Amino acid sequence: MDRSNHIATVRRIEWIGTNLLRLITLLTALPVIGVILYIFARGMPAISLEFLTQMPREGMRAGGILPTIIGTFYLTLGTAIFSVPLGVAAGIYIAEYAPDNQLTRLIRIAIINLAGIPSVVYGLFGLGLFVLFLGFGTSILAASLTLSIMTLPVIISTTEEALRSVPNAFRVVSLSMGGTRWQTTWRITLPQALPGVITGIILGLERAAGETAPILFTGAAFFLPRLPHSPLDATMALPYHIYVISTSVPGMPVQIQYGTVLVLLIFVLGMNLIATLIRNRARARRQW
Amino acid sequence: MEKLIIVQNLNLVYSDGVESLIDVNLDIIANSVNVFFGPAGGGKSSLLRAFNRLNDLADVARISGRILFHEMDILDPTTDVIELRRRIGMVFSRPVPLPLTVYENISYGLKLAGERRKSRLDEAVEDALRLAVLWDEVHDRLNDPAYSLSGGQQQRLCLARVLALKPDVVMLDEPTSALDPVSTARIEGLLLDLRERFTLIVVPHNVQQAARIADYAGFFLQGRLVEYAAGKELFLNPKLKDTQDYVTGRFG
Repeated sequence: MDRSNHIATVRRIEWIGTNLLRLITLLTALPVIGVILYIFARGMPAISLEFLTQMPREGMRAGGILPTIIGTFYLTLGTAIFSVPLGVAAGIYIAEYAPDNQLTRLIRIAIINLAGIPSVVYGLFGLGLFVLFLGFGTSILAASLTLSIMTLPVIISTTEEALRSVPNAFRVVSLSMGGTRWQTTWRITLPQALPGVITGIILGLERAAGETAPILFTGAAFFLPRLPHSPLDATMALPYHIYVISTSVPGMPVQIQYGTVLVLLIFVLGMNLIATLIRNRARARRQW
Repeated sequence: MEKLIIVQNLNLVYSDGVESLIDVNLDIIANSVNVFFGPAGGGKSSLLRAFNRLNDLADVARISGRILFHEMDILDPTTDVIELRRRIGMVFSRPVPLPLTVYENISYGLKLAGERRKSRLDEAVEDALRLAVLWDEVHDRLNDPAYSLSGGQQQRLCLARVLALKPDVVMLDEPTSALDPVSTARIEGLLLDLRERFTLIVVPHNVQQAARIADYAGFFLQGRLVEYAAGKELFLNPKLKDTQDYVTGRFG
């Protein structure tokens, strides 16, 4: 009798616990879903072919936002050019080559801390190093380099993690057959880790695409009447443009503000979606 | 009775202080099945991994003595490990197909060695699979993932992968420990056939298996080679009490 009472109590607690956790989880997802739905609802009316393909007119209060889209595309591409080879190479070195010693640990700690630095600090660093000291000026080049430094730790860590998740038995087998470390990495470990590496790259670039502070002093322009023609030109960019039209342009139509935010959101969510698809595909194909 | 590998005064200590091999002296006899057996932690695997320098990857604090193989001193730091590992191949206790196709698994070692000619690779793949008695089962599945094979097939694939490099020595560390009795019997039969062309070093997964396949057997206990004999001698008339106790199943 006492025992069946106990079982009933345990069952009740289990039911309450499960549903409470479920409710809390739903609540945390709510703001994200809310933001996305709200931005879509308010921004969709602004979206048109003209909005996406025309230059701004009437002090940015009308026309399109083409230069900001192009600018963000260039900045993301520039960031990828610098940060992907460097980040992947460093990740491979740390995961596959680096001996476990004081220096390696120091490097790893530095990389982890690099990820924790506020983005505005990167912006000021980029201003000092790339814009002024190296003389790149306020340019796509300087801004891309600044964003690259910010993105590097993400790419290095995810590359390292993806490589470490590949079973060690594969390395041992390859080495035992007369493979060098590089052959083993190139033929076995890296291909197996590639989906994870690519996911990390996309997530890193996605963050770079949405950042305002690092490009604020290094490459973003308030308004430019023409598209950038060289890496040494400054550029308009989506995140900074959102800041500008939200704070510094009196009489800005609200619809354009929401429309611009929506374009950035789609840009970033689109990258996220690609990363998720790659990960899921790889998971389905994985044999180990 | 050609001595292919000569081990002299081999000592090996791991960095956690464990003495894995103590004063081991031993010859590996060519074209025979050389068996090392004994309870876990006896030093058998450490010895195998000394032969192909796989110990380089482990936390070894100190290793001394000499291992002579042809003109090479295996433990000499200037020895070309890549060349060494091509000549002394290894099959591990659990089958580890590389995440590639059957064909790519077998041709892997040759590709590492720089062979690119398709005809050579095709030929080597077929030869190796025939040697490992796997050809008839997989000849129409060469482009399937190696993971789609059964456990027993996977282990023969791992053996074929090593044979494709035409090594002098093939080492097998408990090669049947993850296999069912039928697959085990096939592997054992295979090893006896392979003696003609290769020198085999096997750590069997139990005494019965050791007795079934050994041409030469060494009993290892706590890092020492306790007793060594040709043929079934060690299993029928062990001289030392430790060996006798282990062989008759009184411990281990």
